[in-house]
Amino acid sequence: MEQVAFLLNGTQVQVTDAPTRTLLEYLRETRGLVGTKEGCNEGDCGACTVMVTDATGARALNACILFLPQLHGKSVRTVEGLTGPQGELHPVQQAMVAHHGSQCGFCTPGFVVSMAVAHLNGDTDHDTTLAGNLCRCTGYAPIIRAAKAAEAAPVPDWMTPKAPFILAQTSSGARGQTAPGAFRPTTADELATLYAATPDATLIAGATDVGLWVTKQLRDLAPVIFLNGINELSVISHVQSTLRIGACVTITDLMAAVKPFHPSFAELLRRYASVQVRNAATIGGNIANGSPIGDGPPALIALGATLHLRHRDTRRDLPLESFFLDYRKQDRTPGEFVEAITIPTQAPALRCYKISKRFDQDISAVCGCFNITTTAGTVTAARIAFGGLAGIPKRAAAVENALIGKAWTLPTLTTAAKAFATDFQPLTDMRASAAYRLTVAQNLLTRYFHDLAGTPADVLEVQP
Amino acid sequence: MTIGQSLPHDSAPLHVTGTARYIDDIPLPAGALHLAFGLSTEAHADITAIDLTAVRAAPGVVGVWSAADFPDMPDCAPASHDEPLLCTGRVHYVGQQVFLVAATSHLAARKAARLAHITYAPLPALLTVEQALAANSRFEQGPIIWAKGDAARAIATARHKIEAEIEVGGQEHFYLEGQIAAAIPTEDGMHMLSSTQHPTEIQHKVAHALHLPMAAVRVETRRMGGGFGGKESQGNALAIACALAARATGRPCKMRYDRDDDMVITGKRHDLKIRYKVGFDDTGRILGIDFTHLVRCGWSQDLSLAVADRAMLHADNCYHLPDIRIESHRLKTNTCSATAYRGFGGPQGIIGIERVMDHIGHVLKKDLTEVQRANFYRGMAPTGPGTARRFGGPYSPDPEHFAMQTTPYHMEVTDFIADQMVTDLIARADYTARRAAIADWNRSSPILKRGIALTPVKFGISFTLTFLNQAGALVHVYQDGSIHLNHGGTEMGQGLNQKVAQVAAAVFGVETNMVKITATDTGKVPNTSATAASSGSDMNGLAAQNACQTIRDRMADFIAAKHNAPASVVRFENGMVRVGTEAFPFAQVALWAYQSRISLSSTGFYATPKINWDRVNGTGRPFLYFAYGAAITEVVVDTLTGENRILRTDILHDTGTSLNPALDIGQIEGAYVQGAGWLTTEELVWDAKGRLTTHAPSTYKIPACSDRPRIFNVALWDRPNPEDTVGKSKAVGEPPFNLGISALLALSDAVAACGDGTTYPALNAPATAERVLDAIGRMGNIAHPTDV
Repeated sequence: MEQVAFLLNGTQVQVTDAPTRTLLEYLRETRGLVGTKEGCNEGDCGACTVMVTDATGARALNACILFLPQLHGKSVRTVEGLTGPQGELHPVQQAMVAHHGSQCGFCTPGFVVSMAVAHLNGDTDHDTTLAGNLCRCTGYAPIIRAAKAAEAAPVPDWMTPKAPFILAQTSSGARGQTAPGAFRPTTADELATLYAATPDATLIAGATDVGLWVTKQLRDLAPVIFLNGINELSVISHVQSTLRIGACVTITDLMAAVKPFHPSFAELLRRYASVQVRNAATIGGNIANGSPIGDGPPALIALGATLHLRHRDTRRDLPLESFFLDYRKQDRTPGEFVEAITIPTQAPALRCYKISKRFDQDISAVCGCFNITTTAGTVTAARIAFGGLAGIPKRAAAVENALIGKAWTLPTLTTAAKAFATDFQPLTDMRASAAYRLTVAQNLLTRYFHDLAGTPADVLEVQP
Repeated sequence: MTIGQSLPHDSAPLHVTGTARYIDDIPLPAGALHLAFGLSTEAHADITAIDLTAVRAAPGVVGVWSAADFPDMPDCAPASHDEPLLCTGRVHYVGQQVFLVAATSHLAARKAARLAHITYAPLPALLTVEQALAANSRFEQGPIIWAKGDAARAIATARHKIEAEIEVGGQEHFYLEGQIAAAIPTEDGMHMLSSTQHPTEIQHKVAHALHLPMAAVRVETRRMGGGFGGKESQGNALAIACALAARATGRPCKMRYDRDDDMVITGKRHDLKIRYKVGFDDTGRILGIDFTHLVRCGWSQDLSLAVADRAMLHADNCYHLPDIRIESHRLKTNTCSATAYRGFGGPQGIIGIERVMDHIGHVLKKDLTEVQRANFYRGMAPTGPGTARRFGGPYSPDPEHFAMQTTPYHMEVTDFIADQMVTDLIARADYTARRAAIADWNRSSPILKRGIALTPVKFGISFTLTFLNQAGALVHVYQDGSIHLNHGGTEMGQGLNQKVAQVAAAVFGVETNMVKITATDTGKVPNTSATAASSGSDMNGLAAQNACQTIRDRMADFIAAKHNAPASVVRFENGMVRVGTEAFPFAQVALWAYQSRISLSSTGFYATPKINWDRVNGTGRPFLYFAYGAAITEVVVDTLTGENRILRTDILHDTGTSLNPALDIGQIEGAYVQGAGWLTTEELVWDAKGRLTTHAPSTYKIPACSDRPRIFNVALWDRPNPEDTVGKSKAVGEPPFNLGISALLALSDAVAACGDGTTYPALNAPATAERVLDAIGRMGNIAHPTDV
């Protein structure tokens, strides 16, 4: 067995803990690093935010749903590691004190770490970088004032890569079995062989969903296969007019990759959970777990994405919408895994709409994605896909049929929108009622019309 | 002078470095155990069998207890002894504690707690206020009714009448630090650590459970990671469980709820339904009004009676209502027991009358602020030269101006300033021009509509249970001049310790950092009240000031005698003690005093004056004073989806002469966002079986960073409190929470802009996107949105 090793606040640590032990529990219970807090234990509050650095840079992650083997070869910096060698406060820490950014202080370490990562990366979109950190005391205003005030301060010496927080020189270690029942392959071929031999294993990429199986459902997952060592699955290749996106590409990286081609999809992804979750979650996981409310699949289906599946050395491609068969049931044989997905780079009419109770860091009640082609005022092709309206992410086939061949006018839409009731019989749950979901689906077609025509139809674009 | 300085929170450097310790961060002695409750999965049922075999056999389990293990079941309730620690046969809500597990780790305890086999014989469950009302399931014998004048007659004879209702949802506290307690057995009692707003209550309940005198139980609270009322009574069960398990095992015990358990088990803000009948004239002046509050209290009484009282006490808000009747039903349901939450019923009372104002404005087609102004209490008589109460002269005020005006509970209102504040705020926020601009914008925007609304606030300050209005402090001055202070209040983020330290430092004329305030400790200051009702700095500040003055006076007497001067000439300022022309460092005087055998330690005490209250008849003076505020909120809604957003908020809030403007502004900003969250995205959903389905932040949505207003202007109305409070300041914890109501009414205004004025939006709270879209749908003349 190979040990999992990483740098923790500059010191290399080797861990022999159970493979599904979370970093948060390890920090607090084993290392006594209690600055990192548990607020929700499900990745929704950000009180446990830590900074994780690897060859691709520094990112904020939720320690509560991060398993130790996911950190192999990386560098972890907790709030205790943000101050300078002489105890100097980091600029964001200074600013938080000066601008009264803490009240009860419990969320503060998480905020400070998120702010320090953004500060290091020069990211000044504070509403977005802090969307995954909840504060119940301040109303956020002083925290934003602090973040703005710290923008101009230079990155302290101790935060630069030259400082002790260099990558652990362990990237060649920890392959194969890392603990009883835990595997960490480093190539797709290894994964294919291993998974075919162990089809009941749980694949763990970002653990933003699987993490909750452990922290909330208290399940034992063994055997588990960690995918974070397989660099080739994290590749995005731009080939002619397509993007081939590896299954382990994070939502953060996907967002950056699609932004030049599909800005509306990128904006949808900006509202996909939070920075911390997007930095961990992978598009392969978002597809493979088959959730009816994942935000990736509706957009990908509207784009006409092709899914690439692999079982040992056998590969097959299928349209993404065909992968989802029924609630939590996919067209995937035991031992078969998602290797990549391919999308076109051209889809100027693609628009993605996410409706949720809260704009940021929420799960969609309805996620509607439209990609309708008109030629000389007539609809010639239509791909409309929704999440939240059925047991699977699903195309609105009846609506599409009702549009194709018709003039692209509001009366056409009014008629076609009635077909949503044919396509979907949504459920009522804590996020929205069935009636609301259906009405909104219909109305989003109207929004799409106005959106393409340039009429303001999004409250997020209204300035005071 | 340290009072009035905008010093940061005293723990801010600890917060930002992760070194501020919360209970779960404190290492316990070796062998500590971790506890978890097994919870009821039924809303109302008799337990017919409990099989805990698998729980006992689970890895790491050291002890398991259920009702059978307690011949005399300890009680957790703050008032009425109706909350057994563990269910004694009949469960009353989903999430009630049925058994207790102690294990070697938090995770082991949680895992084991899920392994029980409990058999239930279900009973019909009452989940809604209508069901409870129909079944006459309530606390107290019947509704509480307070009246002034003859509302029925006034309504009957009024030119205009409205009869309607509003539903107002509850609210989860979502303190970031969940409930937690620890018990460490001592040689003669129990040492408790508790994340509580009420250490004395924890002490009292633990002593009762252990059959010990209170003196044998010591409770310490250094800080909470947020409280908001949710840690006034809801920490009792954890503390009692820890104490019992610690006694049974002889080992330290700690218990913290997982977030989901916390949200399922603990109480929340009371949701309610408010029915109103109102009669008014052409100007919008209310002639008679009749409110009925249907308050969902949950399965146990907890603090519900006082909460429902405070809702009634705020049914008038800023308005003089000569003929009013308020009927309050405190309904008992099979849901978690609703509890204290910032405002303690006050916001629920205020939202009722503000809804009425909005409704009247709609009916009369008048701006909301016009209706509000038509009904305001008369302003506080101006003071100063030329404004004396001399009647009859050409420039004398109208005698009517000084006629008595009273609240519905017959308390005279003498300090009303909301009228002046509203005038000021309207100017600051450019309300009139913006309202016109919004109307123009709406005419040219088919899909998006804006709305704007003003909400004034008058909030009563004092505990309505009069004996709670007392506080104590203990101050030591050491021979090096450093000052150690304890008071009975608890720090939950509001900056109480810093404010009290500023008050203490002002007495001694030293810098605030010379004053060290340590954990609230029942061994230092006894018989404390909960840090609640916004009273923390008012009461503890004056208790600390009292103690400091006692020591200062001794020091002054001593140094004066030494210099043959009267004590009255001794001054404590800028770190020095001045006697005549001489000045000595404070530390030097402290050392001399010590060497001269002068006591440098004192207790201090404060009891709020002037208050008296007869809650049964609803008469008296429950409050020492009122705190005021006003907010204007502008929103935008999407008529296709109901999505909405706060664009701008302007607040003017009354803190008297602020003890610390930075901390006060922090309270106001935070309270507003929390209040707006209550009325917009924070939706609690129970299913048909009484299970809370929004029991985690994944499903229960408190405001996130981008939900704060895009433009957020907060200013203080910095005028002294007419009452003799600490530094002439006013309480600030709860009053600004009510300002969030302006967000709901701005949404109502935006929805109204979708109609032709014939239909009132009747927007219920929380105004989620779905409720907003429903209300837009009711506007009628909005075409099916796809026809836009």
